[in-house]
Amino acid sequence: MSIILDHVSHIYEEGMAMEHAALKDINLVIPDGQFIGLIGHTGSGKSTLVQHLNGLLAPTSGNVYYNGADIHEKDFDKKQLRSKVGLVFQYPEHQLFEIDVFSDVCFGPKNLGLDKKEVELRAYAALKQVGIEDEYFYQSPFDLSGGQKRRVAIAGVLAMKPEVLILDEPTAGLDPKGRDEILDQIARLRKETGITVILVSHSMEDVAKYVDRIIVMNQGQIMFDDAPKVVFRHYKELEAVGLAAPQVTYIMQALKEKGLEVDTDITTIEEAKTAILKALRR
Amino acid sequence: MLRDITLGQYYQADSVIHRLDPRVKLVTTICFIISLFLVDNWAGYLIAGLFLLMIIRFSKVPFKFMVRGMKSILFLLIFAAVFNLFLTPGEVVVSFWKLKITREGIRFAAFMAVRLIFLIMGSSVMTLTTTPNNLTDGLEKLLGPLKVLKVPVHEIAMMMSIALRFIPILLEETDKIMKAQIARGADFESGNLIRKAKSLVPLLVPLFISAFRRANDLAMAMEARCYRGGEQRTKMKPLIYHKADVLAYGTVACYLVICITFGKILL
Repeated sequence: MSIILDHVSHIYEEGMAMEHAALKDINLVIPDGQFIGLIGHTGSGKSTLVQHLNGLLAPTSGNVYYNGADIHEKDFDKKQLRSKVGLVFQYPEHQLFEIDVFSDVCFGPKNLGLDKKEVELRAYAALKQVGIEDEYFYQSPFDLSGGQKRRVAIAGVLAMKPEVLILDEPTAGLDPKGRDEILDQIARLRKETGITVILVSHSMEDVAKYVDRIIVMNQGQIMFDDAPKVVFRHYKELEAVGLAAPQVTYIMQALKEKGLEVDTDITTIEEAKTAILKALRR
Repeated sequence: MLRDITLGQYYQADSVIHRLDPRVKLVTTICFIISLFLVDNWAGYLIAGLFLLMIIRFSKVPFKFMVRGMKSILFLLIFAAVFNLFLTPGEVVVSFWKLKITREGIRFAAFMAVRLIFLIMGSSVMTLTTTPNNLTDGLEKLLGPLKVLKVPVHEIAMMMSIALRFIPILLEETDKIMKAQIARGADFESGNLIRKAKSLVPLLVPLFISAFRRANDLAMAMEARCYRGGEQRTKMKPLIYHKADVLAYGTVACYLVICITFGKILL
């Protein structure tokens, strides 16, 4: 059970003056249950990449396999794939359209052809998972706050019970509190259900705390693909492509330079605290 | 699919045609369209075709781009041609069942098709080589004299430029929302007409909301910069005719004379 990308390239506007290679020979294995951060600067190809994972875009060359089956084979059921690989787009609240929150979340499972009861059960569970209270269920989605709208939109994808959940910049345009709420909820969700989560972002700070693998994209290619602490060791190279390691990494590096014996592989503030205390006591 | 619509899209390139004054391009397009409706023989269309080809070559816009825009009118084209083919009275060439194809019908259908293709191509060249801003500037200047008759020329031009500017934005937005709904299992392709129409609701509602949101933001941004219509408004880059523009006017005049002489009078 995994997604495999085999030599995938994607060229936009092929043969036109605006021809532009968004992905260049990507090879990737996404096993079950991982929490992956997909990081890249604007235009690095990360949004294009995730649209290949559920077959919204077809590679110009190369193949995408889901559980061993080529998703662009003629008799492959793409609708089924899209329910298994749930993709939450950037600013997902812009896709809300129903008269109330509950029916909007029902849209996904209803499209899968499930019976009414199952659809409603799933919608209810999904709304609960993202922390929307019952009192909002029959309000117009357009009356909610920005953060609530986004959570409803995420619930719309969760209600399809995906095995892989991809979130494209889920925190864009939210305040720090809204950002933490969404990310914490996603982390909790993953812990509870064990699904694969791919978090697309341009901020290391956002993902460092949660993920167990980071894929760094640059100009349509994979630059690093490793555990967060290994990736952050390359913080100078990350800077060169317009990204940055979390601030903690910089602090730890600076402390080490000043002669304090600390572990520089640290990615979160909590870890940093214990490491610094340990070093000071020594 | 949506990217096939080239009408109203600008193609960035550095060419003689791109640099021309937008007024010249507007007048040329109008003259070209008039010429298409004046001529009614093959010689005339040949000349029009050559003229069009020449402009396309000069504009450095790939020919493929023009043909791509044609896909969207293919249906209209076939429709018009078929109707002309069967419903024009005259000398019967082929007839089967109740349908008759006449010599005049063939002629009419062919002319109609060529006319439509040239029409779309001609106007595509204009929109592909002129930024919407330039185009409406030109239009505003050309219609300037109508101000005497209390026609709100500037406001019309402004509305046009906003409308044109929004075409690619809304296309992109449509594409995005469509993908988002497909990711939620929406199906825009299968089913009968009623189901298809129904399936558009999840696309159209967010699209309208987004259009209104954008319109609102734009109005706010304009007001924040003290925009208040055309009265006493000056331009940062006023339109001035250059040598090339005069030359272009001359070329168009020559074309019109030649086209009408051969396409109307001589043959």
